[in-house]
Amino acid sequence: MKALVAVKRVVDANVKVRVKPDNSGVDLTNVKMSINPFCEIAVEEAVRLKEKGTVSEILVVSIGPKEAQEQIRSAMALGADRGILVEIADEIGALEVAKILKGIVEQEKPELILLGKQAIDDDSNQVGQMLGALLGAGQGTFASIVNVTGDKVQVTREVDGGLQTVELNLPAIITTDLRLNEPRYAALPNIMKARKKPLDVKSPADYGVAATTKLKTVKVEPPAERKAGVQVKSVDELVAKLKNEAKVI
Amino acid sequence: MSILVIAEHDNKALNGATLNVVAAAQKIGGDITVLVAGSGAQAVADQAAQVAGVSKVLLADNAAYANQLAENVAALVAQVGTGYSHILAASTSNGKNVLPRAAALLDVSMISDIIAVESPTTFKRPIYAGNAIATVESSESIVLATVRGTAFDPVATTGGSATVEAVSDVQDAGISKFISEEIVKSERPELTAARIVVSGGRGVGSGENYHKILDPLADKLGAAQGASRAAVDAGFVPNDMQVGQTGKIVAPDLYIAVGISGAIQHLAGMKDSKVIVAINKDEEAPINAVADYWLVGDLNTVVPQLASQL
Repeated sequence: MKALVAVKRVVDANVKVRVKPDNSGVDLTNVKMSINPFCEIAVEEAVRLKEKGTVSEILVVSIGPKEAQEQIRSAMALGADRGILVEIADEIGALEVAKILKGIVEQEKPELILLGKQAIDDDSNQVGQMLGALLGAGQGTFASIVNVTGDKVQVTREVDGGLQTVELNLPAIITTDLRLNEPRYAALPNIMKARKKPLDVKSPADYGVAATTKLKTVKVEPPAERKAGVQVKSVDELVAKLKNEAKVI
Repeated sequence: MSILVIAEHDNKALNGATLNVVAAAQKIGGDITVLVAGSGAQAVADQAAQVAGVSKVLLADNAAYANQLAENVAALVAQVGTGYSHILAASTSNGKNVLPRAAALLDVSMISDIIAVESPTTFKRPIYAGNAIATVESSESIVLATVRGTAFDPVATTGGSATVEAVSDVQDAGISKFISEEIVKSERPELTAARIVVSGGRGVGSGENYHKILDPLADKLGAAQGASRAAVDAGFVPNDMQVGQTGKIVAPDLYIAVGISGAIQHLAGMKDSKVIVAINKDEEAPINAVADYWLVGDLNTVVPQLASQL
């Protein structure tokens, strides 16, 4: 079966971001960018399913700026077979991203669609669920175990009280949680090979979607700073402070 | 303004997270209806009817909603929700699973994890693991949002006298099936609602040590227990105890971080706590920058000493 994996180019997880002085957004000039960590887990899961013989082809898709080609190439170095970049100029909404992905799914007809559970920049956690709705397909969100058998997939999901297992008809959407797997590192020969894999560049209009959103970001501010704390020297001092100063115990 | 709140429950009792969502709905202002979708969930509907500020409860009672499968519940929400100006759900794993699906069925954008209501169409929400706060305005016909519980004080569980109405509409997509669940049982208060949280990180060393060191302290304080991702990944404790950007978001009165260095992903889950205490052997640990009190020392001796003095 064919697997489609969606990946997003985001600021690297280790970067401490700064808000721009004019409050228009976060300053991303000269900041290291990477594949969103959850998307990387989705790629790894697709590659493992290919190694098991369940998946025959892995298509990786990114919707983003021209530079998102780098993230598609990274996914190819991990084992994806070909890529589609849907080039956009500005950030678009999760609903529009889901609509573009729906267009690609209808053309490519993958049976498994893997996404990260959320992007670490906008922290929305929406696209997979929205795509499920648009396709009328089942969704296994926050997946920590994925088992494909025949025309069904069993997904163990991380829920608030523990774990829940559901069974979905294929095609199905799976969004990955951190504990699904540990992504491998790309070996140099694979990085070289990835350069030669096919990569199509498309636009949202190719899928009949307007690259826009009805959510307007009015401003972006830094969070309120906590006032500086104090170092206590002993347990006695700590207990005294918690009782008399903070009054929380 | 008419607001539909999706109830969070286990078919037996209303989950406290719903009370925080009703509080957010009151900030928006307008008539508040609570939708209980479940199976054998009459008791939940009755509880919801008592909640302060709720004017109507809709009960959709059918086997199709027993396990909150998103495919069925989202279809119901999209069906029932069309007449409302707002549809709100808690930022729980269930709310996050269902609401975006309902939004796409209604063909509207959605706002995740709001922490403040500026106006009926303008909200604040954290982005970049809480390192920036975005103010977002929606021009959609229906505003859909999940609500971060810790940002809104819960309304009272009593004082309301809403009517309960049955919804006969049954949405069964037939594309997903519940197989099983493994719910971790605990005597301790629920993590996201606890007044005091004691959390352990990689520094506690092992699962055995986690319990040996932190259980007595949590017992003394009547606290819930949490963990950093490092402690969960190392297998010390189950993953539903993880506090952070990708785990649970907590904001207790007192958060005690033991052997946690304080990566930004962890801080995103707890830095709105009222008082933060860090116990760590590393003087340079990033957790100290957000802590109100920090103690540099060996947690194996400091924590038992602290427990014995309480």
